[in-house]
Amino acid sequence: MTIGLTHYLILSAAIFSVGVLCMMLKRNAIGVLIGIELLLNSAGINFVAFSRYRTGAMDGQIITVFVILLAAAEAAVAIAIFMNYYNNHATIDVDRGTALRG
Amino acid sequence: MDISDAFEALMFYIFAAVALISAIGCVVSSNIVRTAMWLLGTLGGVAGLYFLLFANLLAAIQLIVYAGGILVLIIFGVMLTSKSPWQTFQPRRWEVVLAAVLSVLIFIGLSATMLSVDWSEGAATIDANATVAAIGKTLLTAYLVPFEVASVLLLVVMIGAAYLARAEKRT
Repeated sequence: MTIGLTHYLILSAAIFSVGVLCMMLKRNAIGVLIGIELLLNSAGINFVAFSRYRTGAMDGQIITVFVILLAAAEAAVAIAIFMNYYNNHATIDVDRGTALRG
Repeated sequence: MDISDAFEALMFYIFAAVALISAIGCVVSSNIVRTAMWLLGTLGGVAGLYFLLFANLLAAIQLIVYAGGILVLIIFGVMLTSKSPWQTFQPRRWEVVLAAVLSVLIFIGLSATMLSVDWSEGAATIDANATVAAIGKTLLTAYLVPFEVASVLLLVVMIGAAYLARAEKRT
């Protein structure tokens, strides 16, 4: 069977739901960040697949470039916040972060 | 269906299996360092899928920025924020059941929606050999303003991350 757009869409849906599961189950803040990376990757697969099979233009691939860029920026800021949080709470368990002041 | 279609299908299933099994491994492993290593498998599988979708530049960016940059950042984050590398946080059993049911529902909803649409009408294909040149042209003409905004964003993120993560005495 020839691989078409639907195959990529189903795979992307599967990776998306696994990423949501990862975000919900991890209590380590970095685990939540890894779940977010899975979600961004599944979105990227969708954009590139539509770019190849549907539009025939480069817009999907360029948007995926921006998605990767935003993921890098988000990871840098998130890990800086986690280090600050670890300095204040001596753990990065997300369930313990119930107060705004450290 | 000729031989190149069969080869493409084979490569798709290999890369898809690598990406999906690694993603599931991310969820199952309770050790955060192993989770990060499983994420590497997903990133590599997705990069292979980008090659199959004629997105050569994106596959290279995926490997360099994600596997080379973000993953190293995550590993550093793990090393700086845990007392022991084997520290684990176990979720409770009812949380696991609830989260699994929710994510299966999300998967069923998404795939039912995608399968219900006929994607074949009005489809166009891209020139497989010219994607990098086309990306460069489009990025510097139609997407010039987002491109510049993105460079400013990276500068802001660099300053912000350095400010947040600076050494500070606990008050």
